[in-house]
Parts: sequence; C-alpha cells; structure tokens
Amino acid sequence: MKDSLRLIVVLTSLCIVSAIALAKVYDLTKGPIAHQKRLEVLRAIKTVLPPYDNEPDRDMVTLPIGKDKKGEEVQGVFYRGRKSDRLIGLAFKVTSPEGYGGDIEVMVGVLPNGTVYGVEVLSHLETPGLGAKIREAKFKDRFKNRNLSSTKWAVKKDAGDIDGITGATISSRAVTKAIKEGLEFYRDHKARIVGSGQ
Amino acid sequence: MTIVREFTKGFWRENPIFRLVLGMCPTLAVTTAAINGIAMGLATTFVLICSNVVISLLRNLIPPRVRIPSFIVVIASFVTIVDLVMAGFFFQLHKTLGLFIPLIVVNCIILGRAEAFASKHPLVDSVADGFGMGFGFTLSLLVLGSIREVLGNGTLFNMPAFGPGYFPFLVMVLPPGAFITLGFLLALMNRLGGHRPS
Repeated sequence: MKDSLRLIVVLTSLCIVSAIALAKVYDLTKGPIAHQKRLEVLRAIKTVLPPYDNEPDRDMVTLPIGKDKKGEEVQGVFYRGRKSDRLIGLAFKVTSPEGYGGDIEVMVGVLPNGTVYGVEVLSHLETPGLGAKIREAKFKDRFKNRNLSSTKWAVKKDAGDIDGITGATISSRAVTKAIKEGLEFYRDHKARIVGSGQ
Repeated sequence: MTIVREFTKGFWRENPIFRLVLGMCPTLAVTTAAINGIAMGLATTFVLICSNVVISLLRNLIPPRVRIPSFIVVIASFVTIVDLVMAGFFFQLHKTLGLFIPLIVVNCIILGRAEAFASKHPLVDSVADGFGMGFGFTLSLLVLGSIREVLGNGTLFNMPAFGPGYFPFLVMVLPPGAFITLGFLLALMNRLGGHRPS
C-alpha cells in the first residue's frame, strides 16, 4: 500500500512539474510563433503581387471556396494588395490534392483584371529533383501574364499551353489545374473578393 | 578520466548509429541534406543532455516500477520545448524537420541512455554521456547527410559541389539512398573497427 502510494506521488508530481514548465514555454513562444507565421504569409504575398503599400493580411476577405473530400466547407482567404489606396492585385492560396506525393499549396497573385502576376509554391511533397522543380522560378514564371481567355490551362502533353516539367507531368498538371480553378473562382466571385472599397 | 571516456565513447566505440544502430527512423528520414542532419542531431543532443541531467538527479527518487513512464514524461517535455522554441525562432528549419521533431520522443537513443546510463550514474558522468552520445549522433547524421546531399543533389550546405555539368544521382536523396549510404558506412566502420562476426 505504502509502496503504490509512492508510485502515484512520484509520477503525479513529475507530471505536474512538466505541465507547469510546458505552459511557461508555450506562453513565451506563442508570440514569436504567430509572428513567424505572419511573416511567412506576407513573404509569399510579396512575391506574387506588384509592389503594394498596405498590409494585405489585414485587408482580406474569407469566402467558402468549395467542399473537401469529407464534404466539409473549405474557406479561402483573399488578400488585397493596394498602392495609395488603389487596388493593384489580389493574392490567394490554392491547394491541389492531385500532387504526386500529396497536397500542393500554391499562392497565386492576380491583377484585378484576372491576369496572373506571380505564383509561389508554399508547400509540397513532390519527389526531390523531379516534381520538386515546381518550386523553381523557371516553372513558376510560365504562368505569368496569363489569364483565362488567353491561355489553354493545361500542360502541353494534354494539348494545353503550359510547358510541363520533364519527368514530372503529374506535378505540373496538378499545379496548372489548381491555378486554373483559382482563376475561375476569382472570375465568378470577383465582386465579393474585390469588395466595395475599390 | 572516466568522464573523458564517457564523453568519447559516443564518437566511435559506442557510436549510437554505426555501433549501436539505434534511432534509425530520424537517421534515415532526415539526412537528405547536411544541414538537416546537423539540426536534427543538435535537437536530439539537447533533449538527450537535459533528460540525462534530470533523470540522473532523480534516479534515487523514481521507484523502479514507474521508471519508464517517468522517463517518457521527462523526455516528452523536453521534446515539446525544443519543438516550440524551433517553431518560434528557427522557422525554416522547423518547416523542413517538422514531423520528425516530435518523433524524438520515441528515439531509442534517448530512452536507451536514460535506462542504461543516466538512471545508474551520477550527474557529471551522465552529462558527459549525453554530450558524447549526442555529438556522436550529430556527427553521424552530418556524414550521412553530406554524402547524400553531394551525390544526390550536387551541393553541400546548399553550395554547388561540382561544376554545372554534374548530373545528380537522384536516388541518393530518396529513401533507398539512405539505406545504401548507411549500409556502406556500417561496412566501413566494421572494417576499420576490426569488428568480427561472433
């Protein structure tokens, strides 16, 4: 009896001390982690939009963009870039579930008229050296200055206008399709994304 | 004298990877580049030293029957601290190693040293053991990561290692490359160490 009491006391006190220590560390790192996450988003927005002077992550709109495999609604965030209060571009994240290794997340920047200004791959699980080349500027630049009407949004292998990456057709196809769907969503919901504060 | 021995054994005589062949999960998974190897190694070293210190100090307090849960609580707490601190201050590295940091909890090296060494030896010896084993682990991951990065990507620490004509030996950064490199290094270590099959 005395023995099992000792087991309980030792293990419980150990857990309490650990919990207090972890709570303290969590508290101390909460700020820096949130700050890093914000910088990460801003960095991506900056590479896909023309120079802006507002804070796009404080000037944004969240809209339901579709349903995932489980039928739950997916929210999309649209960041507005402005220069001298004039809207100069919009950035939004598109996700393709059709990558070779898993989801591919891409930040797309468009001008208000729907033309792609830049794209940035945020995360992917593609094969290093093959599919992972979707990160390279050479591939990302192939989407620049294209819009829905001027371009057939498919890789050359599927009779489209986008040069795919040799040996990584699946990855190229996934990125192309995701951007195309993002552009279509933008076209169909432009009024709500751009907002009234033009 | 014994402290020096406890420190140096981790590098060669009882090297956790090439001699004890422990902790293969992070070893094989994260060593796609030299910098990943170092980061994983240092994170593990930190947890190892801290858990060795605490467990050595508490070794007469923890009843043998609850020693394993107690060790796990101590180790898991330090791993969570590393995870949070890395996310707050080394964001990019944390993104690369992401999944593998929480897995340090189940790294057999740490539980192994707690059980086999820290719970039976005084503080100073346990610290030396933690440093030695940790640095031995880090060094081994660095060697593995460097070889794989140079051959598989043509770079070392992201600097080009060969001229532009080098065609990367892609398989080396893929999972099979981890097993191939580890196999050759183990063979080399056995050869140099005069290890004889029993």
